[in-house]
Amino acid sequence: MPSYVNPEKCDGCKGGEKTACMYICPNDLMILDTEAMKAYNQEPDQCWECYSCVKICPQGAISVRHYVDFSPLGGTCQPMRGTTDIMWTIKFRNGVVKRFKFPIRTTPEGEADPTLGKPDPDLSAIGDNRLFTEVADNVTPAVPEAVAWK
Amino acid sequence: MGRIWSYNPGLPCAEPEIVEKETDILLVGGGMACCGAAVEAVRWAKPAGLRVILCDKAAMERSGAVAMGLSAINTYIGENKPDDYVRMVRCDLMGIIREDLSFDVGRHVDDTVMAFEDWGLPIWKTTEDGKTIDGAEAKAKGLTLRSGAKPVRSGRWQIMINGESYKCIVAEAAKNAMEQLGENGEIIERCFIVRPLMDANEPNRCCGGVGFSVRENKLYIIKAKATLIATGGAVNIFRPRSVGEGQGRAWYPVWNPGSGYAMVLMSGGKLVLMENRFVPARFKDGYGPVGAWFLLFKARATNAFDEDYIAKHKGELEKFKPYSEASVIGTCLRNHAMLIEMKEGRGPIYIHTEWALQEAMKTMDKKEFKKLEAEAWEDFLDMCVTQAGLWACLNIEPEKVPSEIMPTEPYFLGSHAGCAGAWCCGPDEDWVPDQYKEPWKEIGLYNRMTTVKGMFCAGDTVGACGHKFSSGSHVEGRIAAKAMVKFCLDNKDYTPTPKENPEELKKEIYAPWYRFEQYKEATTVYEVNPNYLLPRQIQVRLMKLMDEYVAGIATYYQTNKVMLERGLELLTMLKEDMQKAAARDLHELMRAWENIHRVWTAEAHLRHVLFREETRYPGYYYRADFPNIDDENWKCFTLSSIDPETGEWKMEKFPYVQIIPDPLGP
Repeated sequence: MPSYVNPEKCDGCKGGEKTACMYICPNDLMILDTEAMKAYNQEPDQCWECYSCVKICPQGAISVRHYVDFSPLGGTCQPMRGTTDIMWTIKFRNGVVKRFKFPIRTTPEGEADPTLGKPDPDLSAIGDNRLFTEVADNVTPAVPEAVAWK
Repeated sequence: MGRIWSYNPGLPCAEPEIVEKETDILLVGGGMACCGAAVEAVRWAKPAGLRVILCDKAAMERSGAVAMGLSAINTYIGENKPDDYVRMVRCDLMGIIREDLSFDVGRHVDDTVMAFEDWGLPIWKTTEDGKTIDGAEAKAKGLTLRSGAKPVRSGRWQIMINGESYKCIVAEAAKNAMEQLGENGEIIERCFIVRPLMDANEPNRCCGGVGFSVRENKLYIIKAKATLIATGGAVNIFRPRSVGEGQGRAWYPVWNPGSGYAMVLMSGGKLVLMENRFVPARFKDGYGPVGAWFLLFKARATNAFDEDYIAKHKGELEKFKPYSEASVIGTCLRNHAMLIEMKEGRGPIYIHTEWALQEAMKTMDKKEFKKLEAEAWEDFLDMCVTQAGLWACLNIEPEKVPSEIMPTEPYFLGSHAGCAGAWCCGPDEDWVPDQYKEPWKEIGLYNRMTTVKGMFCAGDTVGACGHKFSSGSHVEGRIAAKAMVKFCLDNKDYTPTPKENPEELKKEIYAPWYRFEQYKEATTVYEVNPNYLLPRQIQVRLMKLMDEYVAGIATYYQTNKVMLERGLELLTMLKEDMQKAAARDLHELMRAWENIHRVWTAEAHLRHVLFREETRYPGYYYRADFPNIDDENWKCFTLSSIDPETGEWKMEKFPYVQIIPDPLGP
């Protein structure tokens, strides 16, 4: 379903610099009504149910009511995303509940090192076929074992 | 609120401020390919003193096809050889790929996957006693790819991950890289580049891109020496199976409208194999992934009467020898067998999750089975939450009942089991045949450069080089970025000089809003106005005609010459009407341009399907008037381009050259 906002919980990200859901939605769907100070999904039929807004909302105000085209009412998936894990609560239409927890990353947030600890490459290697890591590690990229057209 | 002229407005449009920027390298996009490009470009740009700007239509943390996450990395070579990777790609894409491009991906891709793990992506491992452990536990035990630990293979090329934050992690590395450039690096999020800038003095040369912010009224004119178009594939060009709010549940990201294909065409560049589309067979409606179910959990699919339709139609599939004889039958051919059953009334098609899990239960204790159950649910929760939600809504417990699977509406992409995209240069090495270098001899052999000087592609926008998936797209971005740095260094004295002046560009880009303002009061409802079409209306018309004339679901993916020609007439009128596109706010201005890109992509597809007089991809689409594979006449690339001056389309054949020796498949 499209995501929807619980008006009792949404505070329009008053304390923050920007509305979290509006910041994150990959499809530009979440928008803040600045009079009501509540966010809403401006185009529910273009929602991918990617849950980016659900996961990022600091108030836990966003949920998903699955697409009415094919989903009978009542089933839900609600995540709680932390810095290292995500917890999911799955509620079935018939009341069955399942809970799962999965790891999401193994390094502290913000610390992905793009250099991978390698020095910047020497520009004399710009014309060859090695990526910067391969230059640093002195790797020679493979060529085909045999060439059919030759 | 009054009743007339009422709607839910997005952020208001206003006269835009013109922002002009100049850079060496412009990266358009923010998905896997662009993140790879940023990481690699910065390493070389820094010592070279070059500037880099990246424009993402959304927020990098959650943009592109991997925004939601993924449960597997589908290209990891590991114990295999890149030569066999090429064989797999070639066989699955029915014999016609650019083997130089695929080999290039295959030989570099593991380097990028190991980087993902360093950055924090949890990758499942198999312990020495044969148990599966998740990526976090593995890392804590020091079991990494770099240290030689064994990943969990779900197929020969795929490895399992805990990938909910895959994109967040990869984007973080890219952002951190850009930051290291200091004032020479800039990321502009929510900036939608809608068309290339072409050079005023030199025909066939791209000098940047122009677009707008979807958050504030700013027109961005970004002049660049080298421009990367890595904007993903194309979705919702065909009428989808769900036409209510469910149309958002596209199998591929609903926000990718073919911008890259359109921008290559607009610049006069060549596209390749645009007749190729991808029709994935997925869990019905939710479009959850089937890969892990088939490969890891060993589920089987049948028709309504428990018959294995692949085995049943072995004879029929033999018609498509040698492509049907590979160890894994081609994706489109598996669809073909399924479609026969559906057409003959023996649907629905079921994937028997219950058989697979009950089988597994026999050899497992309760705890082990609990873990298996969690893995099965994670497969959806990491990359397609809807499917988990749909199971919950339908009370489906996969260990008890089967689920329906079904082929979707068609999609365009160059990184999954499809190969539509731009015609790009490969590596300039002696194992690459001269034929593949010839088109670039005049403008320069730069890896992943299109036939337009200074315009590069990576990921879904590169054609004839499928099965890259997330990791291959990332590494292709890296390959392109390095070539772009070289291009900039070789063109140090070049000053980008766009053909159009800023005022002209503003009028063109904001035209849909100007039109709305001009005509909005001609009626009491915005949605019905004889002077314009709103973006949604253009899209609905496009999807209907593509579905009905160009082998969509309405005709079981069949078409013929007459239907295609009629479709083209209707599409031509739609293009005329698109000159009257209107946008009420910034969100609709984005949608208006997305649909312009969709229509360009759609026309390329239609013309390619018309041009190729055979059925190369049975199960993806059928030319009913040429129902067989015709290797004698059509084992070749098809290229299309538009003359930027006259607007005329040109279609051509280009010879396929085999590089990796037989056998066809691995």
